[in-house]
Amino acid sequence: MEYRTVLTTCTYCGCGCGFYLEVLDGRVVGTIPCKTNPVSEGKLCVKGWNVHEFIHSPKRLTQPLLRKDGALTPVSWDEALDFTAKRMREIKEANGSDSVAFLASAKVTNEENYLIQKFARAAVGTNNVDHCARL
Amino acid sequence: MVEKVKARVQELLASGKVKGFIGLRELHGHIGPYLFTDGGDLDGFVIGDRKAAGDTRYPLNTQLIMISRQYPEETLGVLVRGCDERGLKTLFNTNQLKPEKVVSVGIACPQELADVCECMKPFPEEFVAGEASEARPFGSVERIESIEIGERLKVWLGEFAKCIKCYGCRNICPMCYCPECTLEAKDFQAVGSIASENPIFHLTRALHMAGRCIDCGLCSEACPADIPLRTLYKKIADIVDLEFQYRPGYQDSKGKMSPNVLGEAAKH
Ligand code: SF4
Ligand code: SF4
Ligand code: SF4
Ligand code: SF4
Repeated sequence: MEYRTVLTTCTYCGCGCGFYLEVLDGRVVGTIPCKTNPVSEGKLCVKGWNVHEFIHSPKRLTQPLLRKDGALTPVSWDEALDFTAKRMREIKEANGSDSVAFLASAKVTNEENYLIQKFARAAVGTNNVDHCARL
Repeated sequence: MVEKVKARVQELLASGKVKGFIGLRELHGHIGPYLFTDGGDLDGFVIGDRKAAGDTRYPLNTQLIMISRQYPEETLGVLVRGCDERGLKTLFNTNQLKPEKVVSVGIACPQELADVCECMKPFPEEFVAGEASEARPFGSVERIESIEIGERLKVWLGEFAKCIKCYGCRNICPMCYCPECTLEAKDFQAVGSIASENPIFHLTRALHMAGRCIDCGLCSEACPADIPLRTLYKKIADIVDLEFQYRPGYQDSKGKMSPNVLGEAAKH
């Protein structure tokens, strides 16, 4: 018998509501809004309340896929990242820095968003930075 | 106060009387439900008074039901205030939990909390900590009833109009245990469409709380729109009491329903 509550932040939008995921014997079975969270104060929207449901979905991507001969094929992170870096460099060299754009996310932390814009500006040399919260 | 509760929990776990104890734990400054399984490790054990009495209460009976369904043979302990105990009794009556598999450890609520809750019984039958406060179950219902009826309807419709259909009231409620909920049933709520209209959503839930709501107030606390749901359900409870002489959770300590449960209205 193992029941745990794991404090975490909602991945659905940039609001950042806090909740506990309920884990019973290794499976995430429920969401409880965290009363002490200063952002959400024990309240959630309908998405947050159901956030645990996607965790064990068989449809989730659990590893990188690369299209090889027209078919999505599971590959290692190293291979996926090497391929992406190589193509990005080729595109940049052929068409200039502004031919690349970066789409940041409301679902990651501030620090991760900081990194992506820094990478866009300093490493690639473009101000083409936007985000998924422009709904 | 918390030390007395901890001592009792420690004893229950150490003696093996309970396999686990569902309470509250503070970790990294946040308080949430937790299953304690080792009497020697009650680090962070709290009773849910962070800045004000009872400001970090959770529907622990919901966790109790979930774990019990998975482990029907095990006896579990649970932290209860007056309202949680009323919940337990009602859950025993409705066969959601088995009384012989639950050991509750009670705490009494201070007057400041009883006043905020307008609580009819701010303490369980037995409690290991706190003192029995006075019941003062008046205020919100009387205030809204003092408004002229046409105006009152407008007030309620105005409140319901703020609803964002988060289903938080239903989700947080320790008495909403139905495996299939009307509020999500296909003939009530088409999949993929905007959630059901007002005030049908709210009045459906309010009617379901008849004979069920134990007035813990967690729904109001979870409502992002600050709709005074608890006041609505308090009124429902008053009507049920008047018509059926029954108020959920106020049966005798063996969990038997009042013999008057069907009352005069049953003869109609
Ligand atoms: S409803 Fe009563 S028993 Fe429950 S927390 Fe409020 S005062 Fe305490
Ligand atoms: S007060 Fe609200 S959360 Fe508590 S039992 Fe009643 S309806 Fe459910
Ligand atoms: S709202 Fe009604 S149907 Fe839904 S869980 Fe609660 S009591 Fe059951
Ligand atoms: S908690 Fe409030 S906003 Fe959410 S569905 Fe219930 S009444 Fe509506």
